[in-house]
Amino acid sequence: MKRVLENIENQFEMFQILNEKGEVVNEDAMPDLSDEDLKEIMKRMVYTRILDQRSIALNRQGRLGFYAPTAGQEASQLGSQFALKQEDFILPGYRDVPQLIWQGLPLYQAFLFSRGHFKGNQMPEGVNAVSPQIIIGAQITQAAGVGLGFKRRKEDAIAITYTGDGGASQGDFYEGINFAGAFGAQAVFVVQNNQFAISVPVDKQSAAQTIAQKAVAAGIEGIQVDGMDVLAVYAATKEARQRAVDGEGPTLIETMTYRYGPHTMAGDDPTRYRTEDMDTDWEEKDPIVRFRKFLEAKDLWSEEEENKVIEQAKEEVKAAIKEADNTPKQKVTDLMDNMYEELPSNLKEQYEEYKEKESK
Amino acid sequence: MAQMTMIQAITDAMRTELKNDENVLVFGEDVGQNGGVFRATEGLQDEFGEERVFDTPLAESGIGGISIGLALTGFRPVPEIQFFGFVYETMDAISGQMARYRYRSGNTRPMPITVRSPFGGGVHTPELHADSLEGLMAQQPGLKVVIPSNPYDAKGLLIQSIRDNDPVIFLEHMKLYRSFREEVPEEEYTIELGKAEIKREGTDVTLVAYGAMVHSCLKAAEELEKDGVSAEVIDLRTVSPVDYETVLASVEKTNRAVVVQEAQKQAGIASNIVSEIQEKAILHLEAPVLRVTAPDTVYAFTQAEEVWLPNHNDIVEKVNKVVNF
Repeated sequence: MKRVLENIENQFEMFQILNEKGEVVNEDAMPDLSDEDLKEIMKRMVYTRILDQRSIALNRQGRLGFYAPTAGQEASQLGSQFALKQEDFILPGYRDVPQLIWQGLPLYQAFLFSRGHFKGNQMPEGVNAVSPQIIIGAQITQAAGVGLGFKRRKEDAIAITYTGDGGASQGDFYEGINFAGAFGAQAVFVVQNNQFAISVPVDKQSAAQTIAQKAVAAGIEGIQVDGMDVLAVYAATKEARQRAVDGEGPTLIETMTYRYGPHTMAGDDPTRYRTEDMDTDWEEKDPIVRFRKFLEAKDLWSEEEENKVIEQAKEEVKAAIKEADNTPKQKVTDLMDNMYEELPSNLKEQYEEYKEKESK
Repeated sequence: MAQMTMIQAITDAMRTELKNDENVLVFGEDVGQNGGVFRATEGLQDEFGEERVFDTPLAESGIGGISIGLALTGFRPVPEIQFFGFVYETMDAISGQMARYRYRSGNTRPMPITVRSPFGGGVHTPELHADSLEGLMAQQPGLKVVIPSNPYDAKGLLIQSIRDNDPVIFLEHMKLYRSFREEVPEEEYTIELGKAEIKREGTDVTLVAYGAMVHSCLKAAEELEKDGVSAEVIDLRTVSPVDYETVLASVEKTNRAVVVQEAQKQAGIASNIVSEIQEKAILHLEAPVLRVTAPDTVYAFTQAEEVWLPNHNDIVEKVNKVVNF
């Protein structure tokens, strides 16, 4: 029997453009981005880090509901989102709220989503996305369907979906990438490998040395990217997007990253499964620190500019939470209205009952 | 008018909607060149092309997932689950996802999906091919569940299901596929979802059923007639939502009812109907409302199938109990 595994795994070297010191190590792969674009990416990462800190604080004050911290994953989330066009369709996992925000979801709606209010899930006109998926992996088969839909309609658009390293163990992950390959769906699958699925380390998820190599079984392209390097994530996503709309098939992108915080704010304690050394090692790879060094060397970024972004983020969070507070609470009759196009007979009867209760 | 079997009427309904609406897509395992394992999609790929009628990889959860993705891009998918016993593989896509998308998107992302699937006992299938799982589906808010009992209804209900802007689970009883033919108009027509039909009028007892059990009820009613018992037979046609209005009006007239389902007894459609009757019409009742169901075991595939399945004799027996109460 010919042994092929080692040969395959050797093909999945991590793609990087900026090293930890912010130096360009892969000049050939450097994406064609203007200085304004580079500054915009930095701004978004800084803003999102502050949003995360404020969201954690708001959650602790009992002013937010479900929240999955994002710090550490900014390059993975925003580098890939920056490579999208407005026509593209995002199917996020539960941690992927920042991509929605930068695609155009107003902040107060992101807070309403966190609070479980249906108005947080109503994407504004021109934002092609669904709200973050709770069932791990369910979005992956759906992304294959959206990507097939775009292909059938011959649109210059892709479906992009996000999950984590744990998500790559789900049956729906394999079905999704396999369907997408078989149909030539215009789709990009991003697995943010943040090393832990809640507490379970990635080496307990699979014998595979990389998640990217799982693409091979589906007959699609796969690439492992340094998920703390925003330029590498951007470049890989941009190329995958282009291949998808050019009819060259879907791509699986594994971004190597780390979440600094807990899994969610609902009581997870990462000290039970991670060491301080591990946290420190990853913090040294920080996407914002690295990109700041890169920009400063090009004279494109200053402390003053960064402080301005921080202040802006804090102000906008304050205004957004106020707007969320001012949104009328969701009622049971709202739920009923959203179940079907028209109330079926059983709900009609119950509607009257709850309208009566709600009027008291 | 043409004489059609139920499966021909189903194919005709899909052909009608494939013609009417270019967003309608028909897909599933073996539905393409093979025309489906029961030939429900016979000839449709040749007529409408591989972009609109196509085979999928063999994975039910994936079929559910791409249905949702296609609906998100404005299509009107009509996926087939080859046998409804395989629905467990795609329960999340159906109950966790497509049923909830309208709610989850704050009423901005409808799911006009019609999941078609053969089910039902009596045709000697292997395990997990014949199970009556409509109760599982009916319990999920956001879905409609439709079960035709004859070719005419199958066509009108399927066209209406495909046009409906909410997900519909359309269950086709395998024993009815080719068991008889009837007149089916060649032109298009629809039958409103959620509306029952009185198949036979009567005055002494109401029999409520759906799918293949409608025919067992009609047979029982004929036998009861010989003994001087006049049975009214209601075909629910849609089991979620149930047309309680028709059921209650009938019970208020006959004062007695027996509810019949092929599924197991526990937590099924019949239990729901019995509850509704006692909540709304107890003062009209002359006897307890009884159920005819299968026993609470897994489906008795191949062995003991005929005893396991409820039949007209079981119905006659229960009717005699309520009539002589």
